[in-house]
Amino acid sequence: MALLELRNVSKIYRLGGEEIRALDDVSLDIDEGQFISIIGPSGSGKSTLMHILGCLDTPSTGTIRLDGMMIQDASSRQLAQIRNRKIGFVFQFFNLLPKLNVLQNVELPMIYSGIPARQRREQAMAALRMVEMENRAKHRPSQLSGGQQQRTAIARALVNDPKIVFADEPTGNLDSHTGELILQMFSRLSREGRTIILVTHDPEIAAVTPRRIEIRDGRVAHQLDPTLAGLNRFPTAVS
Amino acid sequence: MHLLNAILIGVKDIWGHKFRSLLTMLGIILGVASLVGMTAIVKGMENGLKEAMIAMGGADKVLIRDQPVPSHQEHLAEEAPGRTMVDVLALRESAPLISLVSPEMSLNRVTITRGDKSVNPSECVGVWPAVLDMNLHTLAHGRFFTDLDEENASSVCVIGTGIRDELFGAPDKTGTPIIPIGEVIQIQGQPFTIVGMFQHYESEQERREREFRQSQPLQEQTGPRRQRGWGRRGGWAFWRKNYTVYLPLNTMWIKFRSAGGTDNIPDPRLTDIDIKVADIEQMEAALQQARNILMTTHRGIEDFNFQTQENQLENINRQIRNARLSGGLIAAISLIVGGIGIMNIMFASINERIREIGICKAVGATGTGIFVQVLMESIVVSLLGAALGLVVSFGFVQLLSSISPTQNAPVITHTAMIVAVIFSVAVGLVAGLFPALKAARLDPIEALRYE
Repeated sequence: MALLELRNVSKIYRLGGEEIRALDDVSLDIDEGQFISIIGPSGSGKSTLMHILGCLDTPSTGTIRLDGMMIQDASSRQLAQIRNRKIGFVFQFFNLLPKLNVLQNVELPMIYSGIPARQRREQAMAALRMVEMENRAKHRPSQLSGGQQQRTAIARALVNDPKIVFADEPTGNLDSHTGELILQMFSRLSREGRTIILVTHDPEIAAVTPRRIEIRDGRVAHQLDPTLAGLNRFPTAVS
Repeated sequence: MHLLNAILIGVKDIWGHKFRSLLTMLGIILGVASLVGMTAIVKGMENGLKEAMIAMGGADKVLIRDQPVPSHQEHLAEEAPGRTMVDVLALRESAPLISLVSPEMSLNRVTITRGDKSVNPSECVGVWPAVLDMNLHTLAHGRFFTDLDEENASSVCVIGTGIRDELFGAPDKTGTPIIPIGEVIQIQGQPFTIVGMFQHYESEQERREREFRQSQPLQEQTGPRRQRGWGRRGGWAFWRKNYTVYLPLNTMWIKFRSAGGTDNIPDPRLTDIDIKVADIEQMEAALQQARNILMTTHRGIEDFNFQTQENQLENINRQIRNARLSGGLIAAISLIVGGIGIMNIMFASINERIREIGICKAVGATGTGIFVQVLMESIVVSLLGAALGLVVSFGFVQLLSSISPTQNAPVITHTAMIVAVIFSVAVGLVAGLFPALKAARLDPIEALRYE
């Protein structure tokens, strides 16, 4: 059974009298341990797909099964708990809380899951070690470089040991060298067995992932799936 | 999410905007300070009034007073006998529910002299010994009147310490208290021998001040002798008691009244009849009994009524209630204004932090969690405001008592403090409700996109 199953998922917005299909009958399976990129130009519906996959939003029609649980009808409270336990987010603009230091930022998800302070600290330090940020634990986000901020954000995404990590344009706000390092970090995490979904508009970035899903006009326009096609793991180009 | 964390985050945020938070709290600070201060003033007032009340006699004391005859007896007005000794004797003999009857016949515009010194007493009254219990007098020196004094209409008197101070010198001027028992003074030019003197009556406040003065070394007087200040010192009730002169009732009657009145017809009417009821629970019945007796002695003409201290107590309580109400209203208004200030700031601070709230929601904060956090912040602001307000109120009360030291020093009560704190927490809660609801309802996607 796949970790994440989408069946005939549509998301319809109404603007004035007009109906906008941001997602149109999308079906997808994502298995545990996969490293996937979702690509598409802006307005293609890839953000909407990520929001629905990341339990920030629910679909208008269709079903989603995450880790054996049907979640298309979950309340906002249940969604919040699923996000807390099973999903980690990394954003383009890092989205760290400016008033908290690095350690407190990483502890934040655990505060909402009600983990006691001592355990929070230990787990947060372990997550920071994973991204080699343990020396900066007491720094404020404003005292860090972009790459360091993004590594802190990755540590925050990993700290509750989630089933899936979503990264929304994680290199969009970094110079190319730092971006490279962040992508390498995702590759390493993937090799360690994490399920990672990279959302980007940049085919070059998408090239690092074995599996790529291209979204256009709310539909899956193109899929490159090495496990299905039996292709080698590192194809060089996306059509 | 734990409450403690929410409180900690709230405190951090307040600390982050110290000046803004202080301005926000100002309303609450003023509200709490005025609530506690007002209550303290009213409490001081209440204490003063109650002390005076006790000095005048307990709640079981009833005054029998003259009143104009009712309109249906208008034609009998000439026949109205007024309050006389007949009433006193009748009450004493036939009203078992009345434990004490004290007739008083007083002399107005009295001057008492001794040598070149003179004094106008607060009252110069002919009395029975019952007056001691009635007006709660305590004899400190000498004796009170005996039956023999009454029978012989002896020229003796008992004075308060105020009279002694004026005629013989006050202890704080002479150094040692003078006890003028056996001395002769002139009342309206007639010689009277002092046989007794009451103790010195004073309020708590006065006593403390006097003791404080005594602990200081006596200051050398410079320049001519002079009285400092115009007003009487101390409360009115205590002044009145200290400037009392009592004579035996018969002495008053024979020496001052029997040759007075209009056209030299002696005026037998008493100035006052005070009665004490045996049991305060049976006040109604006792008054009815007294009324029945007096209706007989007055031949059905109702030219008297009863004034109980109960009425006065009620008056005092009503005044205090009014003062408390108006003070509370002012405080409540400023607390509500403070609450509006908090609400305003909470809305501003949430608008500033929409993105942060989005982040918190993305990493798993539930709407309830955010709601509690915002609410806690608002409550923490109001609680801190309340704490500062309590500090301010202490200063305020200190200031007040240094401005007016003698009269009714304000007293800060625990109840007022607790009520003020509870009220400000409630204000914080209500003020935080709408901002918290707004924050909790934010859509995480929208909030994350917010610039």
